[in-house]
Amino acid sequence: MKPVSVMRKRIISLVAPLFAVMTALLLSTLLIAATGRNPLMIYHKMLSMTFGSDYGTGQIVFRTTSLLLTGLAVAIPFRVKLFNIGGEGQVLAGVFAAAFTGILLPPQTHPLIAISICSISAMLAGSMLALLAGWLKVRLGINEVISTIMLNFIAQAFVGYMLTWHLSVPSTVHTPEIVQSAQIPMADAVIGIWRNSPANMSTVLALAACLGTWIVIFKSTAGYEMRAAGLQPEAARYGGINTDAHILKAMAAGGAMAGLVSTNLVLGYKHFYEAGLGSGIGFIGIAVALLAYAHPLWIIPSALLFGFLEYGGLTVNAYVPKDIFMMVQAVTILMVLVLTKKPKRP
Amino acid sequence: MNAIGLSGVSKQFGRFWANRDISLNIGSGSIHAIVGENGAGKSTLIRMIYGLLTPTDGSISVNGHVVRFTSPRQAIAAGIGMVHQHFMLIPDLTVTENIILGDERSALFATLDRKQAARKIKTISENHGLEIDPAIPVSELSVGEEQRVEILKLLYREANILILDEPTAVLTPSETGQLFATLKSLRNNGKTVILVTHKLDEVLSVSDMVSVMRKGRIAATEQTSSVTKGDLANLMVGRNVLLRTENPPEKTGKLVLKVSDLQYRDARGRQKLNGLSFEISSGEIYGIAGVEGNGQSELLAMLWGMIEPGSATSGSITVDNITLSSKTPAEIAAAGVSLIPEDRLKHAVIGEFAVGENMIFGRHREKKFRRFGGFDTNSIRSYTNTMIERYDIRYDKQSNPSLSSLSGGNQQKIVLAREIERPGLKLLILAQPTRGVDIGAIEMIHKKIIATRDKGIAILLVSSELDEIISLSTRIGCIYKGAIRQEFSPEDVRKGRSSEQDFEKEIGMFIT
Ligand SMILES: Nc1ncnc2c1ncn2[C@@H]1O[C@H](COP(=O)(O)OP(=O)(O)O)[C@@H](O)[C@H]1O
Ligand SMILES: [Mg+2]
Repeated sequence: MKPVSVMRKRIISLVAPLFAVMTALLLSTLLIAATGRNPLMIYHKMLSMTFGSDYGTGQIVFRTTSLLLTGLAVAIPFRVKLFNIGGEGQVLAGVFAAAFTGILLPPQTHPLIAISICSISAMLAGSMLALLAGWLKVRLGINEVISTIMLNFIAQAFVGYMLTWHLSVPSTVHTPEIVQSAQIPMADAVIGIWRNSPANMSTVLALAACLGTWIVIFKSTAGYEMRAAGLQPEAARYGGINTDAHILKAMAAGGAMAGLVSTNLVLGYKHFYEAGLGSGIGFIGIAVALLAYAHPLWIIPSALLFGFLEYGGLTVNAYVPKDIFMMVQAVTILMVLVLTKKPKRP
Repeated sequence: MNAIGLSGVSKQFGRFWANRDISLNIGSGSIHAIVGENGAGKSTLIRMIYGLLTPTDGSISVNGHVVRFTSPRQAIAAGIGMVHQHFMLIPDLTVTENIILGDERSALFATLDRKQAARKIKTISENHGLEIDPAIPVSELSVGEEQRVEILKLLYREANILILDEPTAVLTPSETGQLFATLKSLRNNGKTVILVTHKLDEVLSVSDMVSVMRKGRIAATEQTSSVTKGDLANLMVGRNVLLRTENPPEKTGKLVLKVSDLQYRDARGRQKLNGLSFEISSGEIYGIAGVEGNGQSELLAMLWGMIEPGSATSGSITVDNITLSSKTPAEIAAAGVSLIPEDRLKHAVIGEFAVGENMIFGRHREKKFRRFGGFDTNSIRSYTNTMIERYDIRYDKQSNPSLSSLSGGNQQKIVLAREIERPGLKLLILAQPTRGVDIGAIEMIHKKIIATRDKGIAILLVSSELDEIISLSTRIGCIYKGAIRQEFSPEDVRKGRSSEQDFEKEIGMFIT
């Protein structure tokens, strides 16, 4: 009886996301039809303007890159049973820190050094914010959901103030450009595809982050301890594992991943910080992580799906409201939650 | 006349038969015991009788009439009552209020006739030795008293067939004796009692008839007076088992653990340990006998560096002259100490982890399991395989299952293997090492404990099973209210083993 139920659990966890996506697709078909449009026509348009085109693919890759990182920002703390809702604030802190350091660097800095300094300061900024929530949790038992939400507000207020009062280029809502050497090359310039799209080489970094996270969580001794601390904190303590330290580490790592979004948005694409940059990405990261069961490698297809829905919605916005695709995203997540939930009563 | 008749009853969960083709008659006015190992299907069987589960197949009759209950409500109406393992009482209400709850017999908003109810409760409790003050709130009762309230509740509703599922698991020895006296008195008044247990001594001392279950089937139903403990054990396991572990004389060496004058005051200001002291030398087993709640948990917490925040402690603990006080569990383990905690599932394993991952849990810092920043999977696999063989751990290796799908006995063997085989082990601490473990596995675990002792390791054994303490220990300390009240020397224990009943009684006097 027991092995059968184990198998069944594994199968459910594989099939549930697929089933959820199918249901959501069905729902969107109905919704599109309800607006009076032909769903097939819309899907056809959407496909040809996304994966069907070089530019569209680049757009999806660009969006996916950010989502990989915010997905990790949620997934890593999830391993120690912490729900990091602070992706928004941590992305903002990182994006702002990268733009700020990028302005200050001397123009003749070697590109590798310049990019490293900007990314590291972005990671530190994201980390600090997340770590604060982790510390409140460990020290005072304050719920991390509440503290990370509050920290989102604080980050927004602080960055907004810094931008309008100190850093914006007069009569604009953005900072000056970062030095040339801190800019990450566009995909087009390096591999000659995705022309004119915002896709840039930071995608490689984000994929490496997924792989690295997977190795750390599932192959390293630190990851072993971290998983134990998340699954069974009391047993972990009996086994001589410092659970508090792992909570702090997981939050710090999650915040750092959110901070890394700046490599895509600032170093790779905009080259400055402007009001609203990165907004919403942190929240979609929650959905990305949930759909992937917080698994660092499953995050890749999950982020790709959400990246596709994000940009795909835009491409057909002229025919149907893109809000339909926001609903699709939300329904997908709800379905996964429903399908993987054990019923309360047999 | 049969109070309960089962014919060809089966119960299936998914593809698994928890009960298979059970035919059984329970005579009216008798105490009928149902024994079997964990997972044999005892609870499933009585839950069908009580209407909590419906049979997949077969029929059940009560007092000669075929019934098909779909909820306990119908069973209660038919005069069946059940005492659950977890009591269902409301702490803030008084005993009387709890008993009449759900059976108030008055119109909505009418006043309750508490006096009359209290009188009825008093009569019942006097008739059956169920001493209790009906006016005090349930929150002030001991566990044994709460159980009495549960039984009173059934009698108040005039239940004629009483079902008790492992009622003694939570009782002290004297409370158990009191419960059995009550059950006999009920039987003499014509009530039928179905007693589910896995303790064979209890079966022999209280029941008229006994049914043995094995793997979902009834292996035998016998008159209790015609069977021995050994017969029952063999029927339960399906092969010959030794109930008494062979315990050859020990060779005691130098002093290993020295515990002196421990004091422990918990966060709520209660004195849990009060000048507790004892010593253990290499090659001996020191058994701590006592009723739960007399400081055992606090002693274990202090030994393992897991003192609750907010509590005040003092005293000294040394292993080979190294002091353990204020060390972390990791440091204590590194000093050559292993602990097998009482609550295995919560404290000793990670249910979702695979067997191999659990085999190194808490020992994952050892160099031989590590490579670079990760683990040496080959070394872990071969180590796990060695242990599986040495400790006879059984599971389906092909499917690489998570630990939680293994049986309790096999989980405990994994913990045992891991902790006994710790390199440089000097002191092994065992808390309730065979709780929830099948008889077959108990035999093997006891053998391993003796073998570990003979390797010259000092062992501390904390157990509420007196027969386990007596059969394994070199010396026995009786813990009572946070101190060792009496210590039995190796000579005392050896003598005690030859007349175990008397020895248990003697120990019993020092722990209550
Ligand atoms: N609701 C259930 N669903 C699936 N399996 C169950 C359920 N209840 C019990 N079982 C299984 O049936 C077997 C017998 O369980 P149980 O009757 O509780 O045994 P016992 O009380 O003798 O220890 C066990 O293997 C248990 O895992
Ligand atoms: Mg049971």
